[in-house]
Amino acid sequence: MIGKVTKKYWPVFILPTLAAFLIGFVWPFLWGIYLSFSRFTTVNNVKFTGYENYKKIFIDNTFSHSFKYTVLFAVVSSVLINVLAFLIALALTKGLAGTNIFRTVFFMPNLIGGIVLGYIWQTLLNGILMIAGQPLLQLSEKNGFWGMVILLCWQQIGYMMIIYIAGLNNVSPDYLEAAQIDGANALQTLFRVKLPMIMPSITICTFLTLTNGFKMFDQNVSLTGGEPAKNSQLLALNIFDTFYARSGPQWKGIGQAKAVVFFFAVVAISLIQLNFTRSKEVQE
Amino acid sequence: MRLKKMIAFAMSALLVTSAFTGCGDGTGSGTSGETSGSGATEEGKGKVYYLNFKPEQDSQWQSLAQSYTKQTGVPVTVVTAASGEYETTLMSEMAKSDAPTLFQVNGPVGLANWKDYCYELSGSDIYGELTSDAFALKDGDDVYGIAYVIESYGIIVNKTLLEKAGYTVGGIQNFDDLKNAADDIQSRKDELGIKGAFASTGMDGSSDWRFKTHLANLPIYYEYKADGIDSTKEIKGTYLDQYRNVFDLYITDSTCDPKELASKTADDARAELINGEAVFYQNGSWEYGSLSESFKDDELEMIPIYFGVDDENEGLCTGTENFWCVNKEASKEDIQATLDFMDWCVTSDEGTKSMGQDMGFVIPFKKAVKSDNVFVEQDAEMTAAGKTPVSWNFTTMPSENWKNGVGSALTAYAAGTGKWDDVVSAFVDGWKTESELSGQ
Repeated sequence: MIGKVTKKYWPVFILPTLAAFLIGFVWPFLWGIYLSFSRFTTVNNVKFTGYENYKKIFIDNTFSHSFKYTVLFAVVSSVLINVLAFLIALALTKGLAGTNIFRTVFFMPNLIGGIVLGYIWQTLLNGILMIAGQPLLQLSEKNGFWGMVILLCWQQIGYMMIIYIAGLNNVSPDYLEAAQIDGANALQTLFRVKLPMIMPSITICTFLTLTNGFKMFDQNVSLTGGEPAKNSQLLALNIFDTFYARSGPQWKGIGQAKAVVFFFAVVAISLIQLNFTRSKEVQE
Repeated sequence: MRLKKMIAFAMSALLVTSAFTGCGDGTGSGTSGETSGSGATEEGKGKVYYLNFKPEQDSQWQSLAQSYTKQTGVPVTVVTAASGEYETTLMSEMAKSDAPTLFQVNGPVGLANWKDYCYELSGSDIYGELTSDAFALKDGDDVYGIAYVIESYGIIVNKTLLEKAGYTVGGIQNFDDLKNAADDIQSRKDELGIKGAFASTGMDGSSDWRFKTHLANLPIYYEYKADGIDSTKEIKGTYLDQYRNVFDLYITDSTCDPKELASKTADDARAELINGEAVFYQNGSWEYGSLSESFKDDELEMIPIYFGVDDENEGLCTGTENFWCVNKEASKEDIQATLDFMDWCVTSDEGTKSMGQDMGFVIPFKKAVKSDNVFVEQDAEMTAAGKTPVSWNFTTMPSENWKNGVGSALTAYAAGTGKWDDVVSAFVDGWKTESELSGQ
């Protein structure tokens, strides 16, 4: 009965979302690709120029620098976030007292917006750096980098922790019992039973952290603003900067071209990562 | 069957359209807007849509627009872009079918972005109302922008504190006087109960424009003057030593350690002056509104940024980076309505009163009303006394990117992580690179 109704009325359910997706995502995306081959100031006055913009992407060498910087940042932050989130999830599935409070507390930072967090952490970290006699976040590429890593870890560990907790809770007690009977110690159980069983969670979490690291913008703007001299600019900020901080209509197209390159880089890297972690997943 | 499918499609179509019409009326995020006399467009009268740059004056513009609509029946919409978001807002608004008919650019470099959209104004009434041709933004002989507000900046002095330290404004007539006074005040700061001579030279994004743009105007001004030019593709940096002297003075005789400047904001510096923790504060006449709440008019004075080149004749830095432009792409009626509105603002009693007194602007038009702003009065007095106002040449800086480069180098120099040579290179080499990149 329900199947029949769905068959008949599927457009009612699908079309609104599909239309929103087409209008709000697919169309702007295609239009964006077209713009990357054009020269424009506003989007209704566009002149097609071919590959010009792509040739100029590396014109000021900031793009290649922020590309490397972003890759490094995404990798370092993903590894740290996942390892720490997993450890906390392990600790919080042991059934200790106060588990629920701690889960809530760890999840909370995720509810605060990136810009706000950036400014708060800027004050905090600069205060510490000042006492330590170190150059402030805006003055040192290295400090800025670690500042952003700390900020992103603090913000995202809670979220990934929830996913890991769900994964760990789903590991059937039968397996754990079997392992125990076979004489496996705690470490062996963790690496040989639990980890393989939660590979789907790891896939999801690495995907999320990696792409979040690549796409990070708000926290970058508010924490370091790309200083010193654009050295702590991640790719998203570099694109924004190309678009708005330059004068002359040619820069809009170059920024757009950078954005397209950025998109394909993120897609490629996420696909490789998905394939890799998926191959490690086991079927029950 | 068929009918039901059709109904289903129709329903979903309805859902979608109703979901999206909601967005149609909005003016976009980060903007606040109000339409007066909406839908009351009378045939042939056209309408005005002003994208305002100055959030401080939003409410005054709204009421001025309403009053104009009441008198003439021409609908005037004023939308104000959020602070720092003008360029992004303008870009998206210009792409709409109901684009702004009146917008602003910040000078020749801003004009380069928007020239294709600017209506040629040399035949307009408002152009004839300007007190000097210098206030028109031109490209060759074509007029594309009309300045609507003139501003001054310099070093704002807390006279009470200065006198307490044993100095007078009259006794500071050149860079050496300023340095002597500041050094002495700095050395006696505990005795005087202050934190430093100069308010913090904050290099945070909210404040660094005071140095990478406004202070950097002086070496450019003197170089242009010496070379007899008014813009260049390659700056020589003849007066960068003086630039360094002033900047050194600012960061040495300061309320805080130069290492901390990277995170100091505009609010920090203003608060230091207001709380009586600093005597000197480099900023402009637009600060009058927030300072007049804490100071009486005779407690404040703005003195020139003595630069050590021609201090005897140097006045305040006076000019504008606010030029009105009319959208060429708008319909003929709308362009006419916009020109009429602009003209009314600067010629009618109500318009000039609102701009001069309510908004506190000095407007460069023949029928301007006197402003209450003391800094503006001081500028007029200085000019009358034979000083030459320093013109605003930072509108010819090649790009925002150039300013950011100089700003970063200054920040690193102040903190000791960079050298002055980096500032020179960002200033001179950066100018060349950026001009070449912009010219393409």
